[in-house]
Amino acid sequence: MKSLDVTLKCHKIIGGYGEGEALVSHEPICFYLTDPKTGVVRERSHELAGKNLANKVLVFPSGKASSVVQIDGLFKLASHNVAPKALIVKDVETVLVVSAFLVKIPLVDRLEKDPFEIIQTGDFVKVDAEKCRVTITRK
Amino acid sequence: MYLTKEEERILAGEFGEGTQKALELLVAIGGAYDAEKMIPISRAHAASSGQEGDLYFVELLANSGARCKVPTSTNPVYDIEYFDKLFDVPKDEGEVARRVMDAYKRVGAIPSWSCVPYLAENIPLYGETVAFSESSATPYVNSVIGARTNREAAQSALAAGVIGKAPEYGLLIRENRKGTHLVKVEAILKDEFDYTLLGYYVGKRIGYGIPVLKGISRQPSTEEFINFCAMSNVSGAISMFYMPEFTVEASTVEEAFQGDVPKDKISVTDHELRQACDELQTTSGGIDFVMLGCPHYTLKQVRDVAKLLNGKKIHDGVSFWVCTSATAKVLAERNGYVDTIERAGGHVVVDTCIDEPCWIAYKDQVGITDSPKCAYYRRFKEAMVARLQDCVEAAIRGRWG
Repeated sequence: MKSLDVTLKCHKIIGGYGEGEALVSHEPICFYLTDPKTGVVRERSHELAGKNLANKVLVFPSGKASSVVQIDGLFKLASHNVAPKALIVKDVETVLVVSAFLVKIPLVDRLEKDPFEIIQTGDFVKVDAEKCRVTITRK
Repeated sequence: MYLTKEEERILAGEFGEGTQKALELLVAIGGAYDAEKMIPISRAHAASSGQEGDLYFVELLANSGARCKVPTSTNPVYDIEYFDKLFDVPKDEGEVARRVMDAYKRVGAIPSWSCVPYLAENIPLYGETVAFSESSATPYVNSVIGARTNREAAQSALAAGVIGKAPEYGLLIRENRKGTHLVKVEAILKDEFDYTLLGYYVGKRIGYGIPVLKGISRQPSTEEFINFCAMSNVSGAISMFYMPEFTVEASTVEEAFQGDVPKDKISVTDHELRQACDELQTTSGGIDFVMLGCPHYTLKQVRDVAKLLNGKKIHDGVSFWVCTSATAKVLAERNGYVDTIERAGGHVVVDTCIDEPCWIAYKDQVGITDSPKCAYYRRFKEAMVARLQDCVEAAIRGRWG
Protein backbone atom coordinates (compact mmCIF):
# COMPACT_ATOMS: atom_id res chain seq x y z
CA MET A 1 0.00 0.00 0.00
CA LYS A 2 1.40 3.33 -1.06
CA SER A 3 1.39 6.16 1.42
CA LEU A 4 -1.17 8.83 0.78
CA ASP A 5 -2.05 12.33 1.90
CA VAL A 6 -4.85 13.84 -0.08
CA THR A 7 -7.65 16.34 0.47
CA LEU A 8 -10.88 16.06 -1.49
CA LYS A 9 -13.86 18.33 -1.84
CA CYS A 10 -17.22 16.97 -0.76
CA HIS A 11 -20.86 18.01 -0.31
CA LYS A 12 -22.02 18.75 3.22
CA ILE A 13 -25.35 17.33 4.37
CA ILE A 14 -24.95 17.42 8.14
CA GLY A 15 -22.24 19.78 9.36
CA GLY A 16 -19.53 19.32 11.95
CA TYR A 17 -16.09 17.75 12.17
CA GLY A 18 -15.12 14.15 12.80
CA GLU A 19 -11.91 12.17 12.40
CA GLY A 20 -10.83 8.59 12.84
CA GLU A 21 -9.83 5.37 11.20
CA ALA A 22 -11.76 4.58 8.03
CA LEU A 23 -14.05 1.57 7.89
CA VAL A 24 -15.23 0.84 4.36
CA SER A 25 -18.40 -1.12 3.64
CA HIS A 26 -19.43 -1.94 0.09
CA GLU A 27 -22.84 -3.05 1.34
CA PRO A 28 -25.63 -0.81 2.69
CA ILE A 29 -25.67 -0.36 6.46
CA CYS A 30 -28.50 -0.80 8.94
CA PHE A 31 -27.44 0.67 12.29
CA TYR A 32 -30.10 -1.33 14.07
CA LEU A 33 -28.21 -4.52 13.25
CA THR A 34 -25.24 -3.57 15.42
CA ASP A 35 -24.63 -4.10 19.12
CA PRO A 36 -25.88 -0.82 20.64
CA LYS A 37 -23.40 -1.04 23.53
CA THR A 38 -20.24 -1.78 21.55
CA GLY A 39 -20.86 -0.83 17.92
CA VAL A 40 -20.02 -4.31 16.60
CA VAL A 41 -21.92 -5.25 13.43
CA ARG A 42 -24.20 -8.19 14.23
CA GLU A 43 -25.71 -8.77 10.80
CA ARG A 44 -24.29 -12.21 10.09
CA SER A 45 -24.19 -12.12 6.32
CA HIS A 46 -22.75 -8.57 6.17
CA GLU A 47 -19.19 -7.95 4.96
CA LEU A 48 -18.59 -5.95 8.18
CA ALA A 49 -19.94 -8.71 10.45
CA GLY A 50 -17.90 -8.71 13.66
CA LYS A 51 -16.22 -5.36 12.81
CA ASN A 52 -16.70 -2.38 15.09
CA LEU A 53 -18.17 0.93 13.89
CA ALA A 54 -17.32 2.78 17.10
CA ASN A 55 -15.39 6.01 16.52
CA LYS A 56 -14.68 5.12 12.89
CA VAL A 57 -15.20 7.21 9.79
CA LEU A 58 -17.73 5.00 8.03
CA VAL A 59 -17.64 4.86 4.22
CA PHE A 60 -20.71 3.10 2.79
CA PRO A 61 -22.97 3.17 -0.27
CA SER A 62 -26.32 3.83 1.46
CA GLY A 63 -28.55 3.10 4.40
CA LYS A 64 -31.22 0.43 4.44
CA ALA A 65 -34.25 -0.83 6.41
CA SER A 66 -37.25 1.03 7.81
CA SER A 67 -36.91 4.59 9.06
CA VAL A 68 -37.85 3.67 12.62
CA VAL A 69 -35.19 1.01 13.10
CA GLN A 70 -32.46 2.91 11.24
CA ILE A 71 -32.91 6.07 13.31
CA ASP A 72 -33.28 4.15 16.56
CA GLY A 73 -30.19 2.10 15.74
CA LEU A 74 -27.86 5.07 15.27
CA PHE A 75 -29.44 6.88 18.21
CA LYS A 76 -28.69 3.94 20.53
CA LEU A 77 -25.07 3.74 19.33
CA ALA A 78 -24.65 7.46 19.98
CA SER A 79 -26.18 7.29 23.44
CA HIS A 80 -23.56 4.65 24.34
CA ASN A 81 -20.79 6.76 22.75
CA VAL A 82 -20.00 4.08 20.18
CA ALA A 83 -21.35 5.77 17.05
CA PRO A 84 -19.08 6.47 14.07
CA LYS A 85 -17.28 9.85 14.12
CA ALA A 86 -18.37 10.76 10.59
CA LEU A 87 -20.31 9.28 7.68
CA ILE A 88 -19.24 9.32 4.03
CA VAL A 89 -22.02 8.00 1.83
CA LYS A 90 -22.65 7.54 -1.87
CA ASP A 91 -26.46 7.50 -2.17
CA VAL A 92 -28.09 9.48 0.57
CA GLU A 93 -31.80 9.35 1.47
CA THR A 94 -34.09 11.14 3.91
CA VAL A 95 -33.82 8.57 6.69
CA LEU A 96 -30.03 8.72 6.77
CA VAL A 97 -30.14 12.53 6.93
CA VAL A 98 -32.56 12.38 9.87
CA SER A 99 -30.44 9.73 11.63
CA ALA A 100 -27.23 11.76 11.37
CA PHE A 101 -29.02 15.00 12.26
CA LEU A 102 -30.44 13.61 15.50
CA VAL A 103 -27.07 12.40 16.76
CA LYS A 104 -25.08 15.33 15.33
CA ILE A 105 -22.63 13.26 13.28
CA PRO A 106 -21.19 14.91 10.15
CA LEU A 107 -22.59 13.38 6.97
CA VAL A 108 -21.13 14.11 3.53
CA ASP A 109 -21.50 12.81 0.00
CA ARG A 110 -20.30 13.62 -3.56
CA LEU A 111 -16.57 13.35 -2.92
CA GLU A 112 -14.72 14.61 -5.97
CA LYS A 113 -13.31 11.09 -6.39
CA ASP A 114 -15.05 7.75 -5.83
CA PRO A 115 -14.62 7.13 -2.08
CA PHE A 116 -14.52 3.36 -2.64
CA GLU A 117 -11.50 3.75 -4.92
CA ILE A 118 -9.54 6.16 -2.79
CA ILE A 119 -10.33 5.24 0.82
CA GLN A 120 -9.28 1.92 2.37
CA THR A 121 -10.17 0.50 5.75
CA GLY A 122 -7.48 1.64 8.19
CA ASP A 123 -6.70 4.98 6.50
CA PHE A 124 -6.88 8.01 8.77
CA VAL A 125 -9.70 10.26 7.61
CA LYS A 126 -10.68 13.78 8.66
CA VAL A 127 -14.15 14.92 7.65
CA ASP A 128 -14.58 18.68 7.87
CA ALA A 129 -18.18 19.01 6.70
CA GLU A 130 -18.28 22.74 7.41
CA LYS A 131 -15.43 23.35 4.96
CA CYS A 132 -16.67 20.58 2.60
CA ARG A 133 -13.31 18.81 2.87
CA VAL A 134 -12.21 15.23 3.44
CA THR A 135 -8.54 14.49 4.14
CA ILE A 136 -7.18 10.96 3.79
CA THR A 137 -3.80 9.90 5.18
CA ARG A 138 -2.11 6.51 4.81
CA LYS A 139 1.34 5.85 6.26
CA MET B 1 -31.10 26.34 -1.25
CA TYR B 2 -33.05 29.58 -1.45
CA LEU B 3 -34.44 30.69 1.92
CA THR B 4 -36.96 33.44 2.57
CA LYS B 5 -36.26 36.17 5.12
CA GLU B 6 -38.67 34.49 7.51
CA GLU B 7 -36.94 31.12 7.09
CA GLU B 8 -33.59 32.75 7.79
CA ARG B 9 -34.99 34.24 10.99
CA ILE B 10 -36.30 30.82 12.06
CA LEU B 11 -32.84 29.34 11.42
CA ALA B 12 -31.28 32.14 13.48
CA GLY B 13 -33.41 31.00 16.40
CA GLU B 14 -35.66 34.06 16.61
CA PHE B 15 -38.73 31.88 17.10
CA GLY B 16 -37.20 29.44 19.58
CA GLU B 17 -35.03 26.36 19.46
CA GLY B 18 -37.84 23.99 18.49
CA THR B 19 -38.74 25.63 15.19
CA GLN B 20 -35.04 26.28 14.57
CA LYS B 21 -34.18 22.57 14.86
CA ALA B 22 -37.21 21.60 12.78
CA LEU B 23 -36.15 23.87 9.93
CA GLU B 24 -32.49 22.87 10.24
CA LEU B 25 -33.53 19.27 9.63
CA LEU B 26 -35.67 20.19 6.62
CA VAL B 27 -32.85 22.29 5.14
CA ALA B 28 -30.39 19.41 5.60
CA ILE B 29 -32.76 17.06 3.74
CA GLY B 30 -33.30 19.69 1.04
CA GLY B 31 -29.53 20.03 0.73
CA ALA B 32 -29.10 16.28 0.28
CA TYR B 33 -31.52 16.34 -2.65
CA ASP B 34 -30.52 19.75 -4.11
CA ALA B 35 -33.97 21.18 -3.42
CA GLU B 36 -34.22 24.76 -4.64
CA LYS B 37 -36.61 25.96 -1.98
CA MET B 38 -39.14 25.10 0.68
CA ILE B 39 -42.79 24.84 -0.36
CA PRO B 40 -45.95 25.01 1.79
CA ILE B 41 -47.62 21.79 2.90
CA SER B 42 -51.21 21.53 4.10
CA ARG B 43 -50.88 18.58 6.51
CA ALA B 44 -48.46 16.02 7.89
CA HIS B 45 -48.45 12.60 9.51
CA ALA B 46 -45.69 11.74 11.97
CA ALA B 47 -45.00 8.02 12.34
CA SER B 48 -44.50 8.28 16.09
CA SER B 49 -43.02 5.06 17.42
CA GLY B 50 -42.22 5.38 21.08
CA GLN B 51 -38.53 4.75 20.53
CA GLU B 52 -35.69 6.76 21.99
CA GLY B 53 -34.80 8.77 18.89
CA ASP B 54 -38.46 9.63 18.44
CA LEU B 55 -38.74 10.72 22.07
CA TYR B 56 -35.62 12.89 21.85
CA PHE B 57 -36.82 14.88 18.86
CA VAL B 58 -40.47 15.39 19.81
CA GLU B 59 -39.50 16.46 23.34
CA LEU B 60 -36.86 18.81 21.96
CA LEU B 61 -39.56 20.50 19.87
CA ALA B 62 -42.35 20.39 22.46
CA ASN B 63 -40.17 21.60 25.34
CA SER B 64 -38.93 24.62 23.43
CA GLY B 65 -42.39 25.79 22.47
CA ALA B 66 -42.67 24.58 18.88
CA ARG B 67 -46.26 23.88 17.79
CA CYS B 68 -47.67 22.27 14.64
CA LYS B 69 -48.65 24.84 12.07
CA VAL B 70 -50.72 22.45 9.93
CA PRO B 71 -52.80 19.41 10.96
CA THR B 72 -50.31 16.71 11.95
CA SER B 73 -51.57 13.27 12.91
CA THR B 74 -49.70 10.53 14.76
CA ASN B 75 -49.01 6.81 14.38
CA PRO B 76 -49.99 4.25 17.02
CA VAL B 77 -47.80 3.68 20.06
CA TYR B 78 -49.82 1.58 22.52
CA ASP B 79 -52.73 1.82 24.93
CA ILE B 80 -50.66 1.96 28.11
CA GLU B 81 -53.54 1.49 30.56
CA TYR B 82 -55.03 -1.46 28.69
CA PHE B 83 -51.76 -3.39 28.53
CA ASP B 84 -50.66 -2.52 32.07
CA LYS B 85 -53.72 -4.34 33.36
CA LEU B 86 -52.90 -7.49 31.41
CA PHE B 87 -49.13 -7.84 31.19
CA ASP B 88 -45.90 -6.87 32.91
CA VAL B 89 -44.75 -4.31 30.38
CA PRO B 90 -41.32 -3.11 31.62
CA LYS B 91 -41.76 0.13 33.59
CA ASP B 92 -39.12 2.06 31.65
CA GLU B 93 -40.73 1.10 28.32
CA GLY B 94 -44.11 2.31 29.57
CA GLU B 95 -42.51 5.55 30.67
CA VAL B 96 -41.03 6.18 27.20
CA ALA B 97 -44.42 5.53 25.56
CA ARG B 98 -46.16 7.87 28.00
CA ARG B 99 -43.61 10.65 27.43
CA VAL B 100 -43.76 10.28 23.64
CA MET B 101 -47.55 10.50 23.57
CA ASP B 102 -47.53 13.43 25.96
CA ALA B 103 -44.93 15.33 23.91
CA TYR B 104 -46.82 14.83 20.62
CA LYS B 105 -49.90 16.28 22.30
CA ARG B 106 -47.90 19.22 23.64
CA VAL B 107 -46.45 19.94 20.20
CA GLY B 108 -50.03 20.24 18.97
CA ALA B 109 -50.29 17.03 16.95
CA ILE B 110 -53.61 15.19 16.49
CA PRO B 111 -53.60 12.26 18.95
CA SER B 112 -54.98 9.92 16.29
CA TRP B 113 -52.46 7.14 17.15
CA SER B 114 -53.48 5.50 13.92
CA CYS B 115 -51.50 4.23 10.93
CA VAL B 116 -54.46 4.84 8.57
CA PRO B 117 -55.10 8.53 9.41
CA TYR B 118 -55.97 9.27 5.76
CA LEU B 119 -59.32 7.48 6.32
CA ALA B 120 -60.67 9.72 9.05
CA GLU B 121 -58.47 11.92 11.22
CA ASN B 122 -56.28 13.67 8.65
CA ILE B 123 -57.46 13.26 5.06
CA PRO B 124 -55.35 14.75 2.25
CA LEU B 125 -57.08 16.05 -0.86
CA TYR B 126 -56.16 15.40 -4.48
CA GLY B 127 -53.20 17.54 -5.51
CA GLU B 128 -52.29 18.71 -2.01
CA THR B 129 -48.64 18.79 -0.98
CA VAL B 130 -48.23 16.97 2.33
CA ALA B 131 -45.55 15.23 4.45
CA PHE B 132 -46.76 11.76 5.37
CA SER B 133 -44.42 9.29 7.03
CA GLU B 134 -45.44 5.66 7.73
CA SER B 135 -44.40 3.49 4.80
CA SER B 136 -47.93 2.17 4.22
CA ALA B 137 -49.51 5.64 4.30
CA THR B 138 -47.06 7.27 1.87
CA PRO B 139 -48.10 5.20 -1.20
CA TYR B 140 -51.80 5.42 -0.31
CA VAL B 141 -51.65 9.19 -0.15
CA ASN B 142 -49.61 9.50 -3.36
CA SER B 143 -51.48 6.95 -5.44
CA VAL B 144 -55.02 6.37 -4.19
CA ILE B 145 -55.65 9.98 -3.15
CA GLY B 146 -53.26 11.76 -5.50
CA ALA B 147 -51.77 14.12 -2.94
CA ARG B 148 -47.98 14.52 -3.08
CA THR B 149 -45.64 13.36 -0.36
CA ASN B 150 -42.11 12.08 -0.10
CA ARG B 151 -41.13 9.03 1.88
CA GLU B 152 -40.66 10.80 5.19
CA ALA B 153 -39.24 9.71 8.51
CA ALA B 154 -41.31 10.50 11.64
CA GLN B 155 -39.00 13.40 12.47
CA SER B 156 -38.95 15.00 9.02
CA ALA B 157 -42.76 14.78 8.85
CA LEU B 158 -43.10 16.32 12.31
CA ALA B 159 -40.62 19.07 11.38
CA ALA B 160 -42.65 19.77 8.22
CA GLY B 161 -45.83 19.93 10.31
CA VAL B 162 -44.21 22.44 12.67
CA ILE B 163 -42.82 24.66 9.90
CA GLY B 164 -45.77 24.14 7.54
CA LYS B 165 -43.32 23.53 4.70
CA ALA B 166 -41.22 20.81 3.12
CA PRO B 167 -38.17 20.95 0.84
CA GLU B 168 -39.22 20.63 -2.79
CA TYR B 169 -37.74 17.40 -4.15
CA GLY B 170 -38.62 13.86 -5.17
CA LEU B 171 -42.28 12.96 -5.38
CA LEU B 172 -43.39 16.55 -4.82
CA ILE B 173 -42.30 17.22 -8.41
CA ARG B 174 -44.47 15.85 -11.23
CA GLU B 175 -41.59 14.55 -13.41
CA ASN B 176 -40.38 12.35 -10.57
CA ARG B 177 -43.76 10.68 -10.23
CA LYS B 178 -43.58 8.67 -13.43
CA GLY B 179 -43.77 4.89 -13.43
CA THR B 180 -40.56 2.85 -13.44
CA HIS B 181 -41.73 -0.79 -13.74
CA LEU B 182 -44.59 -2.37 -15.65
CA VAL B 183 -46.40 -5.13 -13.74
CA LYS B 184 -48.74 -7.30 -15.77
CA VAL B 185 -51.31 -8.74 -13.37
CA GLU B 186 -52.66 -12.00 -14.73
CA ALA B 187 -53.68 -13.41 -11.36
CA ILE B 188 -57.33 -13.25 -10.37
CA LEU B 189 -57.54 -10.99 -7.32
CA LYS B 190 -60.52 -12.08 -5.26
CA ASP B 191 -60.17 -10.53 -1.84
CA GLU B 192 -58.14 -8.38 0.55
CA PHE B 193 -55.64 -11.16 1.16
CA ASP B 194 -54.89 -11.45 -2.57
CA TYR B 195 -53.87 -7.78 -2.49
CA THR B 196 -51.68 -8.55 0.52
CA LEU B 197 -49.90 -11.23 -1.52
CA LEU B 198 -49.74 -8.99 -4.60
CA GLY B 199 -48.13 -6.19 -2.58
CA TYR B 200 -45.69 -8.55 -0.95
CA TYR B 201 -44.67 -10.04 -4.30
CA VAL B 202 -44.40 -6.73 -6.17
CA GLY B 203 -42.32 -5.15 -3.38
CA LYS B 204 -39.99 -8.10 -3.36
CA ARG B 205 -39.50 -8.16 -7.13
CA ILE B 206 -39.07 -4.42 -7.64
CA GLY B 207 -37.46 -3.30 -4.40
CA TYR B 208 -37.40 0.42 -4.99
CA GLY B 209 -39.52 2.04 -7.69
CA ILE B 210 -42.92 3.17 -8.96
CA PRO B 211 -44.77 0.16 -10.38
CA VAL B 212 -47.57 0.54 -12.91
CA LEU B 213 -50.01 -2.36 -12.56
CA LYS B 214 -51.90 -3.37 -15.65
CA GLY B 215 -54.70 -5.91 -15.78
CA ILE B 216 -56.50 -5.14 -12.52
CA SER B 217 -60.03 -6.12 -13.53
CA ARG B 218 -62.21 -4.35 -10.97
CA GLN B 219 -62.14 -1.40 -8.56
CA PRO B 220 -60.04 -2.38 -5.53
CA SER B 221 -61.64 -1.65 -2.16
CA THR B 222 -60.17 0.69 0.46
CA GLU B 223 -58.90 -2.32 2.41
CA GLU B 224 -57.38 -3.92 -0.69
CA PHE B 225 -55.47 -0.72 -1.43
CA ILE B 226 -54.31 -0.48 2.19
CA ASN B 227 -52.97 -4.04 2.07
CA PHE B 228 -51.17 -3.50 -1.23
CA CYS B 229 -49.54 -0.33 0.15
CA ALA B 230 -48.49 -1.88 3.46
CA MET B 231 -47.13 -5.17 2.18
CA SER B 232 -45.21 -3.74 -0.79
CA ASN B 233 -43.26 -1.80 1.85
CA VAL B 234 -42.48 -4.86 3.92
CA SER B 235 -40.63 -6.57 1.08
CA GLY B 236 -39.66 -3.39 -0.79
CA ALA B 237 -39.85 0.42 -0.80
CA ILE B 238 -42.80 1.48 -2.94
CA SER B 239 -43.79 5.08 -2.20
CA MET B 240 -46.07 5.37 -5.20
CA PHE B 241 -47.76 3.09 -7.73
CA TYR B 242 -50.33 3.25 -10.49
CA MET B 243 -53.34 1.09 -11.24
CA PRO B 244 -54.62 3.11 -14.21
CA GLU B 245 -58.39 3.61 -14.10
CA PHE B 246 -58.42 2.94 -10.35
CA THR B 247 -55.74 5.25 -9.01
CA VAL B 248 -56.20 8.91 -9.75
CA GLU B 249 -53.11 10.33 -11.37
CA ALA B 250 -53.02 8.56 -14.74
CA SER B 251 -55.90 7.02 -16.64
CA THR B 252 -53.70 4.96 -18.96
CA VAL B 253 -50.46 2.99 -18.64
CA GLU B 254 -48.74 5.31 -21.14
CA GLU B 255 -49.73 8.35 -19.11
CA ALA B 256 -48.35 6.75 -15.94
CA PHE B 257 -44.93 6.39 -17.60
CA GLN B 258 -45.15 10.02 -18.83
CA GLY B 259 -44.15 8.83 -22.29
CA ASP B 260 -41.06 7.01 -21.06
CA VAL B 261 -40.34 3.28 -21.35
CA PRO B 262 -40.47 0.97 -18.31
CA LYS B 263 -37.12 0.08 -16.76
CA ASP B 264 -38.33 -3.48 -16.35
CA LYS B 265 -41.45 -5.62 -16.84
CA ILE B 266 -42.73 -8.40 -14.63
CA SER B 267 -45.90 -10.44 -14.61
CA VAL B 268 -47.87 -11.89 -11.71
CA THR B 269 -49.97 -15.00 -12.13
CA ASP B 270 -51.83 -17.11 -9.56
CA HIS B 271 -48.65 -19.18 -9.32
CA GLU B 272 -46.59 -16.21 -7.99
CA LEU B 273 -49.29 -15.36 -5.45
CA ARG B 274 -49.41 -18.96 -4.24
CA GLN B 275 -45.62 -18.94 -3.98
CA ALA B 276 -45.68 -15.73 -1.94
CA CYS B 277 -48.29 -17.31 0.33
CA ASP B 278 -46.25 -20.49 0.80
CA GLU B 279 -43.18 -18.43 1.67
CA LEU B 280 -45.11 -16.88 4.57
CA GLN B 281 -46.14 -20.25 6.06
CA THR B 282 -43.27 -21.02 8.35
CA THR B 283 -44.80 -23.71 10.53
CA SER B 284 -48.08 -25.28 11.60
CA GLY B 285 -49.62 -26.72 14.76
CA GLY B 286 -50.81 -25.17 18.03
CA ILE B 287 -51.05 -21.38 18.25
CA ASP B 288 -50.94 -19.02 21.22
CA PHE B 289 -52.30 -15.86 19.63
CA VAL B 290 -54.06 -14.33 16.64
CA MET B 291 -53.01 -10.80 15.69
CA LEU B 292 -55.16 -8.71 13.34
CA GLY B 293 -55.09 -5.05 12.40
CA CYS B 294 -51.65 -4.33 10.97
CA PRO B 295 -52.30 -1.81 9.45
CA HIS B 296 -55.17 -0.82 11.72
CA TYR B 297 -58.40 -2.52 10.76
CA THR B 298 -61.11 -0.36 9.24
CA LEU B 299 -64.67 -0.44 10.56
CA LYS B 300 -65.54 -2.84 7.74
CA GLN B 301 -62.81 -5.24 8.78
CA VAL B 302 -63.84 -5.13 12.46
CA ARG B 303 -67.34 -6.02 11.24
CA ASP B 304 -65.92 -8.94 9.21
CA VAL B 305 -64.26 -10.30 12.36
CA ALA B 306 -67.47 -9.87 14.38
CA LYS B 307 -69.45 -11.75 11.72
CA LEU B 308 -66.99 -14.64 11.72
CA LEU B 309 -66.98 -14.82 15.52
CA ASN B 310 -70.70 -14.34 16.06
CA GLY B 311 -71.89 -17.01 18.50
CA LYS B 312 -68.47 -18.71 18.49
CA LYS B 313 -65.90 -19.17 21.26
CA ILE B 314 -62.17 -18.58 20.85
CA HIS B 315 -60.08 -21.51 22.09
CA ASP B 316 -58.99 -21.18 25.75
CA GLY B 317 -55.30 -21.23 24.97
CA VAL B 318 -55.47 -18.50 22.29
CA SER B 319 -55.27 -14.72 22.78
CA PHE B 320 -57.16 -12.93 20.03
CA TRP B 321 -56.36 -9.31 19.14
CA VAL B 322 -57.84 -6.77 16.76
CA CYS B 323 -55.95 -3.45 16.49
CA THR B 324 -57.93 -0.51 15.16
CA SER B 325 -58.21 3.26 15.45
CA ALA B 326 -60.11 5.01 18.23
CA THR B 327 -62.44 6.45 15.58
CA ALA B 328 -63.30 3.05 14.10
CA LYS B 329 -63.75 1.51 17.55
CA VAL B 330 -66.34 4.08 18.60
CA LEU B 331 -68.42 3.18 15.54
CA ALA B 332 -67.80 -0.56 16.00
CA GLU B 333 -69.08 -0.25 19.56
CA ARG B 334 -72.24 1.47 18.37
CA ASN B 335 -72.84 -1.40 15.97
CA GLY B 336 -72.22 -4.04 18.63
CA TYR B 337 -69.20 -5.49 16.79
CA VAL B 338 -66.85 -4.94 19.73
CA ASP B 339 -69.31 -6.67 22.04
CA THR B 340 -69.55 -9.69 19.70
CA ILE B 341 -65.75 -10.01 19.52
CA GLU B 342 -65.33 -9.61 23.28
CA ARG B 343 -68.06 -12.17 24.02
CA ALA B 344 -66.16 -14.64 21.85
CA GLY B 345 -63.09 -13.97 24.01
CA GLY B 346 -61.22 -11.44 21.83
CA HIS B 347 -59.76 -7.98 22.43
CA VAL B 348 -60.35 -4.87 20.34
CA VAL B 349 -57.58 -2.42 21.18
CA VAL B 350 -56.92 1.13 19.98
CA ASP B 351 -53.80 3.37 19.69
CA THR B 352 -51.59 0.29 19.44
CA CYS B 353 -48.93 -0.87 16.97
CA ILE B 354 -47.58 -4.41 16.63
CA ASP B 355 -44.02 -3.12 16.82
CA GLU B 356 -44.20 -2.11 20.49
CA PRO B 357 -42.93 -3.59 23.76
CA CYS B 358 -46.50 -4.09 25.04
CA TRP B 359 -46.59 -7.51 23.32
CA ILE B 360 -43.81 -8.84 25.52
CA ALA B 361 -46.04 -11.70 26.77
CA TYR B 362 -45.91 -13.27 23.30
CA LYS B 363 -42.22 -12.97 22.62
CA ASP B 364 -41.61 -16.72 22.93
CA GLN B 365 -44.96 -17.71 21.49
CA VAL B 366 -46.34 -18.77 18.15
CA GLY B 367 -49.30 -17.16 16.44
CA ILE B 368 -51.05 -16.34 13.25
CA THR B 369 -51.89 -13.09 11.47
CA ASP B 370 -53.31 -11.99 8.13
CA SER B 371 -50.45 -9.48 7.75
CA PRO B 372 -46.87 -10.11 6.58
CA LYS B 373 -46.09 -6.70 8.08
CA CYS B 374 -47.13 -7.95 11.51
CA ALA B 375 -45.05 -11.12 11.08
CA TYR B 376 -42.02 -9.12 9.94
CA TYR B 377 -41.72 -7.13 13.18
CA ARG B 378 -40.30 -10.11 15.07
CA ARG B 379 -42.03 -9.30 18.32
CA PHE B 380 -42.94 -13.00 18.47
CA LYS B 381 -41.18 -16.34 18.21
CA GLU B 382 -43.14 -17.13 15.08
CA ALA B 383 -46.07 -15.56 13.25
CA MET B 384 -47.63 -17.38 10.33
CA VAL B 385 -49.67 -15.56 7.72
CA ALA B 386 -53.09 -16.60 6.42
CA ARG B 387 -56.46 -15.26 5.26
CA LEU B 388 -58.68 -13.68 7.91
CA GLN B 389 -61.19 -16.58 7.72
CA ASP B 390 -58.38 -19.06 8.38
CA CYS B 391 -57.01 -16.96 11.24
CA VAL B 392 -60.42 -16.96 12.92
CA GLU B 393 -60.86 -20.68 12.36
CA ALA B 394 -57.43 -21.31 13.85
CA ALA B 395 -58.42 -19.17 16.85
CA ILE B 396 -61.49 -21.31 17.46
CA ARG B 397 -59.67 -24.63 16.97
CA GLY B 398 -56.52 -23.55 18.80
CA ARG B 399 -54.32 -24.72 15.97
CA TRP B 400 -53.35 -24.03 12.40
CA GLY B 401 -52.90 -26.54 9.61
